[in-house]
Amino acid sequence: VITAGIDLGTQSVKVVILKDGGVISRGQAFSGFEPAKAAEQAVGEALKKAKLTLTNVNHITATGSGMDMAPYANSTISMMGADAKAGVCLFPKARTIVDIGAEEARAVKCDEKGVMIDFVVNERCAAGAGTFIEAMARALEVKLEEMGPLSLKAERASPINATCVIFGESDVVSLIHRQESKPEIARAIFDAMADRVSSMVFRLGVNPDVVLVGGVAKDVGFVASLKRKLGIDVLIPENPEFAGALGAALNAASRIREMQQ
Amino acid sequence: MKETLKNENTEYWRWQEYHKIFPAKSWKNKNLITAGVDVGSVGSKAAVMIDGEIYSYVIMRTGSNSPDSAKKVMGWALEGTELKLDDFKYIVGTGYGRVNVPMANKAITEIACHAKGANYIWGPSVRTVLDVGGQDIKAIRCDETGRVTSFLMNDKCAAGTGRGMEVFADLLKVPIEEIGEFSLRIDEEPPPVSCTCVAFAKTEAMGLLRKGWSKEKVLAAYTRAMAVRMGNLVNRVGLEKELVITGGQSKNIGIVSRIENILGVKCLPTPNWRENGLDPMVAGAIGAALLAKALYEKSQKI
Repeated sequence: VITAGIDLGTQSVKVVILKDGGVISRGQAFSGFEPAKAAEQAVGEALKKAKLTLTNVNHITATGSGMDMAPYANSTISMMGADAKAGVCLFPKARTIVDIGAEEARAVKCDEKGVMIDFVVNERCAAGAGTFIEAMARALEVKLEEMGPLSLKAERASPINATCVIFGESDVVSLIHRQESKPEIARAIFDAMADRVSSMVFRLGVNPDVVLVGGVAKDVGFVASLKRKLGIDVLIPENPEFAGALGAALNAASRIREMQQ
Repeated sequence: MKETLKNENTEYWRWQEYHKIFPAKSWKNKNLITAGVDVGSVGSKAAVMIDGEIYSYVIMRTGSNSPDSAKKVMGWALEGTELKLDDFKYIVGTGYGRVNVPMANKAITEIACHAKGANYIWGPSVRTVLDVGGQDIKAIRCDETGRVTSFLMNDKCAAGTGRGMEVFADLLKVPIEEIGEFSLRIDEEPPPVSCTCVAFAKTEAMGLLRKGWSKEKVLAAYTRAMAVRMGNLVNRVGLEKELVITGGQSKNIGIVSRIENILGVKCLPTPNWRENGLDPMVAGAIGAALLAKALYEKSQKI
């Protein structure tokens, strides 16, 4: 049985193809201003890697903020639902899934079957999402991928009052003028963001194991800050940005099972 | 080629800094000279008052250091006058950097100062003051003496603040002092942008421009969204007439007219500040100078 999951995110589209429940290929493309095109591209890439065509796929599930832009999908699943399914599939003991994308952060509480029980989402403010790190990296004049390693060199965090991307930019500039070191500013940025994300988790109640997915999970600086704020370890899968697509593909597989019964 | 380069380097967010003296009022033989120094997150303001009347005031951009900004703004306010710091009986510091005003005898919150200043500028009928500053917005209720009865504030988010407006001035390459008028050059008011977060609104605005929306229309949609946000804050604190707007955005006609439209009331008309110095952008510093006068008089009675 071949199934596919497409996660149409605000920044990029991710695709996962499953064969009998195991991942056989992935595809990714930048959403840009034409997410529908990007989705076709990402699907094409994943199919090519798996040496398949669209007709070989038994069921496609779409998720993500642009899920309506994949009309060829057979079904859709909410982003929270996809997070829960993927989290428990990757780590059977996972009960809290934190997903941080470019423009949105979610914390999802789920049961042992990967069924969502409750969730908290921040979609109205950029300060809790990947956009925040990107904007702060620009203000610090540091490459995005260098932010994390840089922050780990800090011994303390500079005092920063960043609750907003726009204010954070001017905060960072004045910290640079005050000759605070870049590692300490970078750490302050991650701490400020982890504060917001951990408060979402605290609202749900901390139910271990906690799994972090989404593109931001690849940032070692943020991960360190989140662990400090939550006071517990946080599990991170390989390819964390594909978790949503994996959840969607798993959903597709269970739809097939339902139909066969 | 040179022209393009120049345009690219233009800082559209930069607003005019200025100093005004009202020489008709001679300070000689007068005795009660006070000042209010309002070090805001974006702008610093100083107002010099003689017996409770405006003599000189300054508006300039806040630097990275509050004490320096306070010294600079006060220094400029004294320039061209014969006043020295020693002549001042009492100075009140206010604003975001109020605790770092070296020459101040006392620090007072900008909320109290804006209410007092609005009461002075527009008179005792003012009951609701919307202060739109560089990095926060405040809705303040006050009584006929300009004393605060309640207030609400948003200082966590750039939506609706002057800083947010500066970001859009830069994005659309429209000078900040013209964006209000610019946002009204439309045939029909478009629906507000759906994102309140300024970072997201920027992305949304770029999408609208790509869709073929004019800059005027995009700015109208953004200004509307920000005005809705300010209107909500006023409604939450409870709108009681008369309403006035202070802070930098009081000079943004696009914001003022939309707030009036959303709330269904007219703001009191802005006095001719160029002639009399009753500048709504300086309301905090004026209020501080007035409170300085009151505090000095009180101290003399004991």
